[in-house]
Amino acid sequence: MLTVRDLTVSYGGITALRGVELEVRRGEIVTLVGANGAGKSTLLGAISGLIKPAAGSITYRGQEVAGTKAHRLSRRGLILVPEGRRIFVNLSVKENLILGGYFRPHDAGFSQDLERVLDTFPRLAERADQPAGTLSGGERQMLALGRGLMGSPKLMMLDEPSLGLAPLMVAEVFGVIRRIHEQGVTVLLVEQNAAAALKVADRAYVLETGKVVLSGTGKELAADGRVQRAYLGMD
Amino acid sequence: MPRNPHEKFGLTALLKPGGLLSPGALPPAHQTRRRDTMLTIGACLLAALGLWLLEGHASGYVVHLTCVGAIFATLAVSYNLINGVTGQFSLEPNAFVACGAYVTALLTLSPAEKEASFILEPLIWPLSAFSIPLLPALVIAGLLTALMAFLMGFPVFRVRGDYLAIVTLGFGEVIRVVANNAQSVTNGPLGLKGIPHITNLWWSWGLLAVCLFFIVRLVHSSYGRALMAIREDETAAEAMGINAFWHKMLAFTLSAFFEGVAGGLLAHLITTISPSLFTFFLTFNLLIIIVVGGLGSTTGAVLGAFLFTYGGEWLRVVEEPMQLMGLDIPGIPGMRMVIFSLILVGVMIFLRRGILGRHDFSWRWLLASLGLGRGSKA
Ligand SMILES: Nc1ncnc2c1ncn2[C@@H]1O[C@H](COP(=O)(O)OP(=O)(O)OP(=O)(O)O)[C@@H](O)[C@H]1O
Ligand SMILES: [Mg+2]
Repeated sequence: MLTVRDLTVSYGGITALRGVELEVRRGEIVTLVGANGAGKSTLLGAISGLIKPAAGSITYRGQEVAGTKAHRLSRRGLILVPEGRRIFVNLSVKENLILGGYFRPHDAGFSQDLERVLDTFPRLAERADQPAGTLSGGERQMLALGRGLMGSPKLMMLDEPSLGLAPLMVAEVFGVIRRIHEQGVTVLLVEQNAAAALKVADRAYVLETGKVVLSGTGKELAADGRVQRAYLGMD
Repeated sequence: MPRNPHEKFGLTALLKPGGLLSPGALPPAHQTRRRDTMLTIGACLLAALGLWLLEGHASGYVVHLTCVGAIFATLAVSYNLINGVTGQFSLEPNAFVACGAYVTALLTLSPAEKEASFILEPLIWPLSAFSIPLLPALVIAGLLTALMAFLMGFPVFRVRGDYLAIVTLGFGEVIRVVANNAQSVTNGPLGLKGIPHITNLWWSWGLLAVCLFFIVRLVHSSYGRALMAIREDETAAEAMGINAFWHKMLAFTLSAFFEGVAGGLLAHLITTISPSLFTFFLTFNLLIIIVVGGLGSTTGAVLGAFLFTYGGEWLRVVEEPMQLMGLDIPGIPGMRMVIFSLILVGVMIFLRRGILGRHDFSWRWLLASLGLGRGSKA
């Protein structure tokens, strides 16, 4: 579904990604772990078209998309739920959700998706007319996920969805990710919470200073000594 | 606020265009919409009656002011579309108003009048040879101004934030300099005189109505929601499938169109135009209007424009010599602007977001406040 080959991204003088190789197959949950500043968000930004790569190739569903603008890619089902939620705080919850499916015709499928999102997140349904800025952190994350779902994703990329959430809420977010996956959406997940992420992942990559240094199944990586020391806080 | 439990299933209402923004529309959307349309038509008829009475009974001075108010309201609503709704802080409306005013005036002035005005250098052919009625002239002026905005948009929307303000400010100045120096087209600093006095209450309020019709509909459509999303977070909007560049272009050209037409009407109200009318000061006044009214609120823009127009006239008394407690106070020119600035500072301190914030008028809200509607306050 998604193949990244030899991807290099630089910001001015700083090279944030150097020759990253990554693959996501249809129906998988793939997770990407790495320390702060490793380049995870940069990688998702480059895949989603928000950041222009310096070199390398990105193929999505068989087509080369490196350098294609974000607003075109989201129309093709490549949806990013960005780091820090980035909801539209002065618009209502409902408006945020509708904007998630901006390019779609307002047909039966659209209303079905909206209904499904509101069913999945009853708290959003209760607060549909409230400005999104009045939501709590957890509710904002739910809104960001719901907004992403309204774009009818084929591949959904989540950038640290559990950031800043209490353990109970983290569990809820992971539950939602599982459910999204069960509905047939392929997921590429970036997480600091490596333990939880490796548990749900089919496969995983470890990114360090702009390079993939390890990859394997979620289980393999969870059992790997280096991962345990660096990301799972074990000795 | 109590919420109806069925609200989340009110999807049919949600999906109807126009019903999208009405919060928790409980009665079927088409019914509410019909009610709103009827109310709007009623309000327009009432306003027309008011204008007719004003035309018959009020002094020429009041009529003139009311025309100016409507023109400024049109300008403010258009400017608010790009600055307030879309959040692109730009500073060029004086250029668009100037463009509209000059184009319209050059098209409607009679060849004889033009020959008499252009004394230093004759007006270039074919402009010197013909004249057309006001309505087509306004349309042409609006389209030309929109075209100018469209071409300007390519460099302008490559930059964001402070840079956008500076680049558009530069464009505004360029147009003024051109007006000052393109002697054979604009008559330079002498300007154009003897423009027919055609603008009346019907023209100015008619334009305001047309402008409101289009802009309110745009703001309440899914395009409008996308414009607000760009204001809130451009990157997130792009990730949502919104092409930010073309949406900004749409808002910019539409606002330029109406600013151009309003400039044309202004020229035919005051009958004399010169480059000194279209300095940055005009933009600054419009900026005050939309900020005081509430950046992003169309209702606020209209309100701000009328407050500014009538208030500005009313404040003229402070510039006249007066007697206060036996003291003779000589008139102080410029005192009005001092007071305006103080009001601006006051509004900004006590009402950060202007008089109306980002709220807009809706029939729903009015009916609810009068205790007539079934809906809750918007
Ligand atoms: N807009 C930018 N301009 C310059 N440098 C940037 C920019 N964005 C990111 N960087 C740099 O690129 C590197 C990778 O950043 P990135 O945000 O991708 O890290 P990350 O893995 O997502 O980190 P975190 O876990 O903290 O979110 C960092 O060194 C960062 O400073
Ligand atoms: Mg990051």
